[in-house]
Amino acid sequence: MKLAVIGAGAVGRSVVELAGEYGHEVVAVADSATAVVADGTDGRAAGVDPDAVVARKAERGIVGDDDPADALAADYDVLVEATPTTLGDAEPGFSHVTRALERDRHAVLANKGPVAERFGDLRAAVADSAGEIRFEATVGGAIPAVSTVEDIEPGHVTAVRGVLNGTANFILTRMAAEGLDYDHVLAEAQDLGVAEADPSFDVDGTDAALKCVILANVLSFGAATDPADAREFSLDDADVAGIRDVPGSALRLAAEDGRTVRLIGEATGETVRVAPRLVPENGTLAVSGTQNIVQIETTHAGRLNISGRGAGGPETASAVLGDVGRLE
Amino acid sequence: MSDDRDGVPEEGVDDEDATPDGGHASATPSTHTVRLELVDEPGQLLAALHPIADNGGNLLSIYHERGNKTPRGRIPVEVDFEATQERFEGIVEALRSEGVNVMQAGTERYAEEVTLLLFGHLIDTDLSDTLSRIEACESASVADVSLAAPQGTEEASSARLRLEARAGETEAALAAVRELAEEKELRLVEPLTGVEA
Repeated sequence: MKLAVIGAGAVGRSVVELAGEYGHEVVAVADSATAVVADGTDGRAAGVDPDAVVARKAERGIVGDDDPADALAADYDVLVEATPTTLGDAEPGFSHVTRALERDRHAVLANKGPVAERFGDLRAAVADSAGEIRFEATVGGAIPAVSTVEDIEPGHVTAVRGVLNGTANFILTRMAAEGLDYDHVLAEAQDLGVAEADPSFDVDGTDAALKCVILANVLSFGAATDPADAREFSLDDADVAGIRDVPGSALRLAAEDGRTVRLIGEATGETVRVAPRLVPENGTLAVSGTQNIVQIETTHAGRLNISGRGAGGPETASAVLGDVGRLE
Repeated sequence: MSDDRDGVPEEGVDDEDATPDGGHASATPSTHTVRLELVDEPGQLLAALHPIADNGGNLLSIYHERGNKTPRGRIPVEVDFEATQERFEGIVEALRSEGVNVMQAGTERYAEEVTLLLFGHLIDTDLSDTLSRIEACESASVADVSLAAPQGTEEASSARLRLEARAGETEAALAAVRELAEEKELRLVEPLTGVEA
């Protein structure tokens, strides 16, 4: 497949680097200000040179000398939307995807915004297009959460819950292990690059909530006989509490009782909830560090647990490229 | 979980009155605890014990909390006794027909335990009021409290509460605590119930 990769952060760059290994060709790459479109000028007869793109981004902060609009107009089969997640109208990601669909091309999203905030609009755009969308990378990084729910069939999944934010999980793990307070552990996480300078998105539960909203949409629309009856979820429908004010003393009290606290997200076809919850200290959901876990509750197949890396460039890119493979 | 029937074959089980958890034969006596509410008048305790002994309950211990008052201004009494399940139900019925207020009746396998954390200004918002209001909720009683106030009483502190909820009423008990926490601006960390992860 010919890919246009929009967004040149960790995920976008990894998709560019790994696409060849999966048998795909990158024909265009764009970040917010620059782009490169394969036209033979990049030192290659076909496709862009992944190493050159990554090097230009690292050295000069650009992916190429072309305009981002050229990348969107390039001759690709699949658009990979890997720009940063935005809330509300989910732009510019939403328009990148709908432009691809209008051209009857497929889109694979790593950007949570459009799927969480405008699922209904996306479905409408898909309905009018020969193209399809996939978005495995939006939930749980490398963990195949969406495709597993699809395989089981959403009508036979009663709930999906889990630890869906590695930053919050790292902080809670370290607080419990070292008896330290939130601020101290956050500083350590920032030093290690596990937490952003502004960690709000992760520690306030927004990121986990968006993932759960996406799962709720998959469950709701997947289970409905008539999609017109399905309930559409967005972030506003989620009940969200973060971990910012969880004191070290609360984790100590939990540990005394063989328990610990994890930021748990839960999605059903009716509700979305993210909150710090008490879980058994050695239980399945008490994954450590930046690990994620997705637990799927099914009607006939019991409970499934999938744990793994919930973030990271190559990890998330593997989910993106898996989706691209499903579109072939 | 009391209703966990996994692995219990449906067939071949004694078809006489199956006990609610489908497992144990009802002829084996087990320990039960009832929590009664008595008016502070002479003879009330004795009057409450009669229905237990008369209906085949073997009294084990009586905990008479004289210093405490229930929200209705009565005296809570906790009585432990042994009885078969069938007799236990008769005893609770007899107590109620004698006009004794049974606040809570259950055995280990009937009571659901739920542990949760509360944090915030627990002391400033009157912890004992918080606890007695949870007690006042019909679904649960507070079995155990651990408090951690590392920065003294004025800073945020944490508490771990173990509640005993009546069978099937854990969600109602949690909802009551949730509401109370919201009113007092305390943060509540709920357990993931129903998930033996």
